[in-house]
Amino acid sequence: MPKLKSLEDLKRVREQAQEDLKVRLATGTKITIGMGTCGIAAGARETMHAILDELKKREIDAHVTTTGCIGMCVREPLVDIEQAGQARVTYVNVKPDMVPRLIEEHLINGNAVEEWAIGRLPTQ
Amino acid sequence: MRELALHVLDLLENAVDAHANRIELYIDEDLARDILSITVKDDGRGMTKETLSRVLDPFYTTRTTRHVGLGLPLFAAAAQRCNGSLSIDSEPGVGTVVTAVFQHSHIDRAPLGNVGASLLAVLLSDRPIDLYYRHQANGQCFELDTVAIREQLADVPLSHPLVREWLQEVLADDLHVQQALL
Repeated sequence: MPKLKSLEDLKRVREQAQEDLKVRLATGTKITIGMGTCGIAAGARETMHAILDELKKREIDAHVTTTGCIGMCVREPLVDIEQAGQARVTYVNVKPDMVPRLIEEHLINGNAVEEWAIGRLPTQ
Repeated sequence: MRELALHVLDLLENAVDAHANRIELYIDEDLARDILSITVKDDGRGMTKETLSRVLDPFYTTRTTRHVGLGLPLFAAAAQRCNGSLSIDSEPGVGTVVTAVFQHSHIDRAPLGNVGASLLAVLLSDRPIDLYYRHQANGQCFELDTVAIREQLADVPLSHPLVREWLQEVLADDLHVQQALL
């Protein structure tokens, strides 16, 4: 088990997290990474960690989640970015070195990186 | 795959896709017997005998999105080329147990790699599961049980950015178990 100290830390994390949970879920950003066999073999785990590192570096709050294969194996790693009130954009062949530009242009400047995107799903 | 941890991630994703509620991962590195074993046990939907008999065929898959299923065949091949083997037990409605055994010192054995990074990918899955992980090597042991973690978290999801950062820090300790072998 993690050290008791770590679980104590977790209690503090919970208290802090509960305070802003509703706000984050309502207005937050959700990033989804494909993690099927195809995604894993194409480096999706490294892409996910590059995204986590970049979010931390730039102090951006976003929910990051993984999902299985959606059938576009040849275009893996696939990354979906969804922001409240905006179209969901799917990016293909996202390598770790592409992540800083993706985060900066899409999340900070609010412009999808058209040349890396394969699709855009309007808000429902 | 370049790391065994990537095969582990693939197996864990299989268990998630099989609608497992709880997944157990055991990694044992026994240097005295020169064995590295990896076991993934899940309580997902399980497989029929017919599916089980074809699961190592790379051109068989239960998916409808593509026509190949490479995860288990690749893992079996990785074990076999290191004087090891892969075994699968499964029962519909009960779950599946996959065990791969490698000769620890085999020159073709890929490094174990960053298991913590793989676990995080599964813990952030859009299908929430409980995960128990135990890694034993050379007298060192790392354990993680999300049941205990969720008890502390109450309604806060594991994917919450603050919890995610906490998990990253805790999982980084697993690399110390590997370093004990150096």
